[in-house]
Formats: sequence, structure tokens, C-alpha cells
Amino acid sequence: MGARGLIASRKGLFELGKTSSGWKLDLIGFEADPVSIVMHDARDDSLYAALNLGHFGVKLHRRNAQGEWQEIATPAYPPQEHRPEGEVEWKLKQIFSMAPGGAPGELWAGTMPGGLFHSLDHGQNWRLVESLWNHPLRREWFGGGTEVPAMHAICVDPRDSRRLLLGISCGGAWRSDDGGESWRVSARGMRADYMPPQQAEVEHVQDPHMIKQCRAQPDAFWCQHHNGIWRSIDDAQTWQQIHPHHSSGEKISDFGFAVAVHPANPDCAWFAPAIADMRRIPPDAALSVSRTRDGGRSFESLRLGLPQEHCYDLIYRHGLAVADDGETLLMGSTTGGLWLSEDGGDTWQSISHTLPPIYAVDFYRSRP
Amino acid sequence: MPRLIFTPQLQRFIAAPEVFSTACDLRGALDDAFADNPLLRNYILDEQNDLRPNVVIFIDGRRILSHKNWNQAITAESQIHIWQALSGG
Repeated sequence: MGARGLIASRKGLFELGKTSSGWKLDLIGFEADPVSIVMHDARDDSLYAALNLGHFGVKLHRRNAQGEWQEIATPAYPPQEHRPEGEVEWKLKQIFSMAPGGAPGELWAGTMPGGLFHSLDHGQNWRLVESLWNHPLRREWFGGGTEVPAMHAICVDPRDSRRLLLGISCGGAWRSDDGGESWRVSARGMRADYMPPQQAEVEHVQDPHMIKQCRAQPDAFWCQHHNGIWRSIDDAQTWQQIHPHHSSGEKISDFGFAVAVHPANPDCAWFAPAIADMRRIPPDAALSVSRTRDGGRSFESLRLGLPQEHCYDLIYRHGLAVADDGETLLMGSTTGGLWLSEDGGDTWQSISHTLPPIYAVDFYRSRP
Repeated sequence: MPRLIFTPQLQRFIAAPEVFSTACDLRGALDDAFADNPLLRNYILDEQNDLRPNVVIFIDGRRILSHKNWNQAITAESQIHIWQALSGG
């Protein structure tokens, strides 16, 4: 079976599959409910969907390989006996990221207000990773676009699943080499223009909007940051800013939220540019995807098949994904646009322009 | 016997039939409901045991304003409505 798309939206969970007559979109669950993130676990062909119900809070559901959905435990913060000034409420606001761990059934979940949770039993039980939550620098994280910090990226090293890299808005990037027992901030080289000059290079106040790791060459990471695009080729020890421009020298906007990284080629990445933080719309109201295939030395603006006038779609940080073939891309927008490319972004086809706001897209390959 | 009635909106997500309690205050009545139906707790309260911001409770038609303190007395004839607040959409 080929790659299938998953679309988590404000009004339900959708799946996109290829049929003999083209790509077909289906609602597969949670009609009318906000689905904040979706994750497929290839190890047991299960699917996890996190809901953010307006009245009844955050919920987590698991679909087993037989296609049966079941509500499972929701990560929960421990009792907050005392709340010092400036401390966030220890209340789960949203599940913002999920990733499979190394052991069977092991899962990670990143949340608002910034807690990392760990499960060893397919999500039946969750434990707050207190080594990070109690780190003294964690209290200095702050919200970026939300009132509280948001853990949006969990990169599990394919060479050694004890090695984790997290992305937090706004808390920088954090590294563990021991399965979450200990942590260190790992955002050297990033720069925060929204901070006073004395604070601009402080690592734990950086705002990576999204961080993605190259699966085949895991020392390579790409980051769409609030203040531009960064890349690391030394396992996130240092980050280098990339200034995107065409081969002609013409500059391309470096503001945005999403990034996708080619699974085999660490020099190839895609971004979805907007004008700037205070003008979160596509440049010239025309949607494009920026692609580099040479490690950021040059970029192309890919537009064929994307709306080129009166387009105000923004691509959220989980709204752009590449399949394991490195050629099939899926992009979903805040205003319900969904586009697919089968040639690395050269051309796009519109799947729908009437979907609910799209929070996250991904690909998965179901077992035959 | 005090009677707890849950918003029908909950039925989309979880079974929430009426509960008859022997408690003499709101806290005890809620505890009775959650003892019968443990998953229900997470729909009504958050992990700090606060009422969710977009859930409201009425005792005999009177809205409970606190999201933390539920020592309000109830009578054997009380009807307790656990309802969704319009603030939640």
C-alpha cells in the first residue's frame, strides 16, 4: 500500500489515499471536533489522535491495527501545591507533538504548557518527565503565539532512541542523550530579534517554530525559527542561519512556521514562507513553497498549482510533510486548503479548499 | 436523593447517565458520580481538580461561581446540572 496522508483539523481527522481515479479524501474520525495532532506508529500500525475539546479538555485516542478507536489516558500534570509568580498553571492545554520511542509501546508527547510526557505502554499511562520540567531554565520559557510555552517537535534519533531533541516555542532546542534522564539546551547559533540585544543569543529563549531531523543522516537538522531559517549539520551542537535566496540572488522571505526535510538527503528541505511575524500572510498574497536542494546555498520558489492571487492561507508549523519517498508532499492551511505534490514540490494539485483549518498533516504507510 | 444530570453533549464522547447520590454537599455528589464512572472526571475537572473553564454547574437552578470550592450544601431533593458553558463554543 502506498503512502497515505493524515490531516488533523479544527473539525475532524481526515485521511488521503490514492485510488485508481486519483487521490481521495475521507473523514475517518472525530467529526466536528478539534484534532490537534495525529501520529502513526509504524511498529504496531496504530494511530494516535489528540483532541482539544472546547468544553471538556484534552483527550487522546488510539486506533489499533484492526481499525478500532479507543480513548486512552491523557497526560496529566502533577498536583501544583504552590504557584510562584510567573509560573504557568500545571494544566494540560494541548498535546502539540507526539513521537514513537525506541521500546515497543514507548511514546513521547509534547504539550502546552511545555511538559514532555513519556509512556511505556501505548499511552495507557503517562508520566511527566520531571528532569526537564524541574530544570531551572524551564521556568524562563514563555509562550510564542500562545500564552504558554509549546513543545512542538520531538526528534528521536534513529541511531539511538535514547537521544532526543525537542523544539519549544519559546524555549529553544533541548537535548537528552539518556532517554530523558538529563537535559541541556542545544540552540547555540540561533538569534532572537524579539528580545533585548543582551538576550538575543540566549539559547533557552529562542523560538524555533519547527525542527525536523533528516532520517538517513540524523546529524542534520533544519529549523524554521521565528527570526529565520537555521540548519545544523553537527547533531544540533551548533546552528547556522540560512538566508534564503534564488540562484539569481533575489531574496526570499525567511519567515514561516513549517519545514519538511527530505528523508534521505540532508541538503533538501521545504519551507512555506509568509511575509513576517506581524504580517502572517503569503508574500504578495500568493502561496509558494521554498525548496533548497543544496543545503541552503540557493532556493527555488515553487508555485505551480498553488493559488497565486487573493491567497491568505498560512501554513501552521505541522502543516507541511514529506513522505518517505522524498517526492510526495502534503500541505494544509489555516483556511482549509490542502495541496499535494508528487514531484518534490515542482507541481501541486489542490485536494480541497473547503476543509476546516488544518493543524497538522503527515504521511504513513499501513501494513499490507 | 440528590440527582446529578449531565449535559447531553457529553454523550458524544462518553456515557454519562444520571447519578443519584447520598451526599450532602456538591463535592460528595461529584465524587459519587466519578466513582461510578472514572473517565468522567477528566471531562468535568482538570488535573488540579478544578472545574474545567467551559463547564458550569447549577444546583437547583443556581449557578455555582467557584471553579474550586464545592462545599455547597445540597438537599435530598436537589437537582444538580453539570452543563456545558457557551464560552466553550
